[in-house]
Amino acid sequence: MTTVARGAESSTRASSTSGGVDSPRGRRRLPAWWGLTPFALYVLGFLVLPCLLALGTGFVDGDGRFTLDNIAVLGEPSVLRAFGSSALVSGVTAVVGAVLGAVVCWGLTALRPDGLVRGFVDSAASVLAQFGGVMLAFAFTATIGIQGVVTQLLLTRFGVDVFADGVWFYQVPGLLLPYIYFQVPLMVITFMPAVTGLRPQWQEAVATLGGTGWQHFARVVVPVLTPAFVGSLLLLFANAFSSYATAAAIISQGAQIVPLQIRAALVSETVLGRENVAGALALGMVVVMVVLMSLYSVLQRRTERWQR
Amino acid sequence: MAAVTGVDVATRASSGRAPSAGGPAGRASTTARRVALGVVGLVFAVPIAAMVAFSLRSADGSGHDLNHWLAIVDPENERAYRNLVEGVTNSLVLAVVAALLVLALLVPAMVLVHLRYPRLARPLELVCLVPITVPAIVLVVGLAPVYSVVTRIAGSGAWTLALAYGITVLPYAYRAVQSDLAGTDLRTLTEAARTLGAGWAHIAVSVVVPTLRRGLLAAAFITVAVVLGEFTIASLLNRVTLQTALVQVSRSDPYAAVIFALLALGFAFVLLVVIGRVGTRGPGSSPAVSAGAPPPAGAAAPAAPAAFAAPAPPAPPARKARS
Amino acid sequence: MTATLTAPIDVDRRGGAAVEFRSVVKDFSGHRALDGVSLSLRPGELVAVLGPSGCGKTTALRGLAGLESVTSGSITIDGDDVVGVPTHRRDVGMVFQAYSLFTHLTVLQNVEFGLRMRRVGRTERTSRARSMLELVGLGDLGERYAHQLSGGQQQRVALARALVTRPRVLLLDEPLSALDAKVRVHLRDEIRRIQRELAITTMFVTHDQEEALAVADRVAVMKAGSIEQIGTPEELYREPSSAFVAEFVGTSNRVRAEVVDGRVRLPGCREIEAVGSPADGAVWAWVRPEDVVFTDDPHAIAGIVETVSFRGAVSRTTVRTDPGTVLTLDHRPEVGRPIGAEVLVSFVPAAVAVTPV
Repeated sequence: MTTVARGAESSTRASSTSGGVDSPRGRRRLPAWWGLTPFALYVLGFLVLPCLLALGTGFVDGDGRFTLDNIAVLGEPSVLRAFGSSALVSGVTAVVGAVLGAVVCWGLTALRPDGLVRGFVDSAASVLAQFGGVMLAFAFTATIGIQGVVTQLLLTRFGVDVFADGVWFYQVPGLLLPYIYFQVPLMVITFMPAVTGLRPQWQEAVATLGGTGWQHFARVVVPVLTPAFVGSLLLLFANAFSSYATAAAIISQGAQIVPLQIRAALVSETVLGRENVAGALALGMVVVMVVLMSLYSVLQRRTERWQR
Repeated sequence: MAAVTGVDVATRASSGRAPSAGGPAGRASTTARRVALGVVGLVFAVPIAAMVAFSLRSADGSGHDLNHWLAIVDPENERAYRNLVEGVTNSLVLAVVAALLVLALLVPAMVLVHLRYPRLARPLELVCLVPITVPAIVLVVGLAPVYSVVTRIAGSGAWTLALAYGITVLPYAYRAVQSDLAGTDLRTLTEAARTLGAGWAHIAVSVVVPTLRRGLLAAAFITVAVVLGEFTIASLLNRVTLQTALVQVSRSDPYAAVIFALLALGFAFVLLVVIGRVGTRGPGSSPAVSAGAPPPAGAAAPAAPAAFAAPAPPAPPARKARS
Repeated sequence: MTATLTAPIDVDRRGGAAVEFRSVVKDFSGHRALDGVSLSLRPGELVAVLGPSGCGKTTALRGLAGLESVTSGSITIDGDDVVGVPTHRRDVGMVFQAYSLFTHLTVLQNVEFGLRMRRVGRTERTSRARSMLELVGLGDLGERYAHQLSGGQQQRVALARALVTRPRVLLLDEPLSALDAKVRVHLRDEIRRIQRELAITTMFVTHDQEEALAVADRVAVMKAGSIEQIGTPEELYREPSSAFVAEFVGTSNRVRAEVVDGRVRLPGCREIEAVGSPADGAVWAWVRPEDVVFTDDPHAIAGIVETVSFRGAVSRTTVRTDPGTVLTLDHRPEVGRPIGAEVLVSFVPAAVAVTPV
């Protein structure tokens, strides 16, 4: 609260009293910074505290004593496998989403920035990203689930059984398509500013200097866009890694990826000595995210060096 | 932020003249680009089209009819959808409560900081943007113990989720109100009001709220959008909301689930249009892409990017203060 | 430090190519940007193309560069028709108005770029780039990035980059428009100096007539897609062939006059030589401000001083004369008159350009 008090004293604005409010009747009212208290308390209680708990409960056991047993759980094969699967799914969907998203961005540059089609695409991107994990799951169940429209179409029209080698949709591989469906709009939203930052003069300058279109791409576009591309890629990875709703809706049982592991830890009956596994898992997840986000900010700084 | 700078440079660099993309060759690559867009667009339309086709499938699987749609409104199936009705009601209540909560807690804090404590502006911004960096699945691990306390005090009704939702929408609501705040000169307006004899309560109602009306409305709408789409926290804290009910229904009746998803999609589209109208003045700006300053760290939920990017209302025309 | 030549350059100076536009027409959808433009640039010559925005000067330049296609007509460099040849094979050097430096490369790497495209070996590339940077006065800034340089420095780098490959023609698209006034003046002298040293044929597009006059061997004035007049700066200044040129190039007083027997009768003055051989009749005479003077001759034109603007070596005074016209005078500050004074002015050019009314 010291910062708040200092703020009250250093306020240089028109109010003559340092903390209170002038009232015609001269009655002393509450100092102004009390107005910040409800918000501060709210944030403390529902943001700061849960964050600390999420990170910290991994280190205590059911009785509140410090222990490393929960952290040790992170080393178990099933948990490691879950981290691996999460990484794999996130990695694959991030790369595919990034490439497809970059293609869409490139496509968008052909449209007039204020034209109808561009506006429609922007709205579509927002709506798709707005879709929400659960409804995305439904959409894909309706498309390539066992009874899905496309599945049936392939079966009846072309005789192709997508599930001939086993039903993969309701397991981890079934997450790939829905995730990509969501990653691409996210990529478009985050990568587009970099693409529009490519100056048309560069293409012309390269031409006058004797370079072909390919050389412009290889020597100008690629170096300039790479940091932004990789940054967006990391963002996509983090997004997929921490995504829960779609996975929970599609995979009703099991804990094949980390968010589902957390679900299992929170929902299942407490096994003796394993009360705070969820906390350990959350910590593990946060570590992964922190590493990613540090890489992201390093890249942002490098990009800023060039973007003037 | 690098993204915002990038947009500025682009506007300066390509002033007026459209890039010719290397003379005559440019035209060829333009068609290639449009084709690429078209292909991607078609591919992305498939799941939505599939949902529609799926919902129209007739019971014996051979033709198409509206049976599933009619079943929704058929009173006989009332019982089966009771959970869903409860979920919808809860979600609507949650949306309203969360919106009110955010407006009641965040806006006074923002206005106070803006008027009185400008040095706290940066910390406030940081605090409000933190929720973006914390994924819902991690947050809920820490919310569980907090909610065991909340449940003891206030019961296990779904509306208590609003407390958590207020935090998750904080970044977007902050953004919406901040854009509005930055574009007006609230300080001068309030000072003018004070010299005219208005007390603070009066000022809050008749100066602050009307001035920030656009930002407040945008914040409210985003809150509604985010709340309606939220699943993670609701499901892991064992509350019934629209999304959790949908998942439950989908296990027994996939058709109903798809139909409701389509309805929700339509509603989200309408909501987005409204947000766009409310948040901007003049010919609709492209919300998602042009305002696309990416969140500084991983998005917490699928709803994150669009809701975050959508309402960045440009500064409303500067209102002259009464002198 | 730069001496501007007053005589046209030798035609057969070594180095530089001859460029020729022949009846070049360029249509954009619904709009004709170039309407049969014919222009030739002699080897080693610097021709400024001057005109208001929208006159087509940039289109002509970009047509020569290959960045715009041409609807009809021919453009040749050293006799080779380049219409249809893609830009990267035309061997032209171009300096854009702004933002053309590659931000991800250092200054040196920017300058080396064209050499890299031509597969010049690394050592030679670097040494040639370095000496070119010396030539433009940025010898020790090779390791910087574009955003660390001022606007003027960036344009020097752009110039070095364009010139290092020894192109046949140098094209400058309003290179100074985005710079501060002082930098602009200094840099245009630099450009001129370098252009002469390398004797490279240069086409310099600008909307600033002072810049064009200061820098060019010849100036082509364009309006609405065609060339109004081509000539040396002096010719354009002293002998404008049309009202547009007379008004666009420098400041002019437009005075109603009469041509009688090939001589011009200006009001309140003796007869003056006409430029060219105009037909008899009523004309507009274009008198430069420095050719209008205060006088004591009672038969001269009377007027009242409206504004006085001190400009250092010269003062500019405007005088409202009886018939309701305003004359502009440039004179030494010492002989000025105060605002509101009643004065007498007369015209004293040796010869005056006229255009039909």
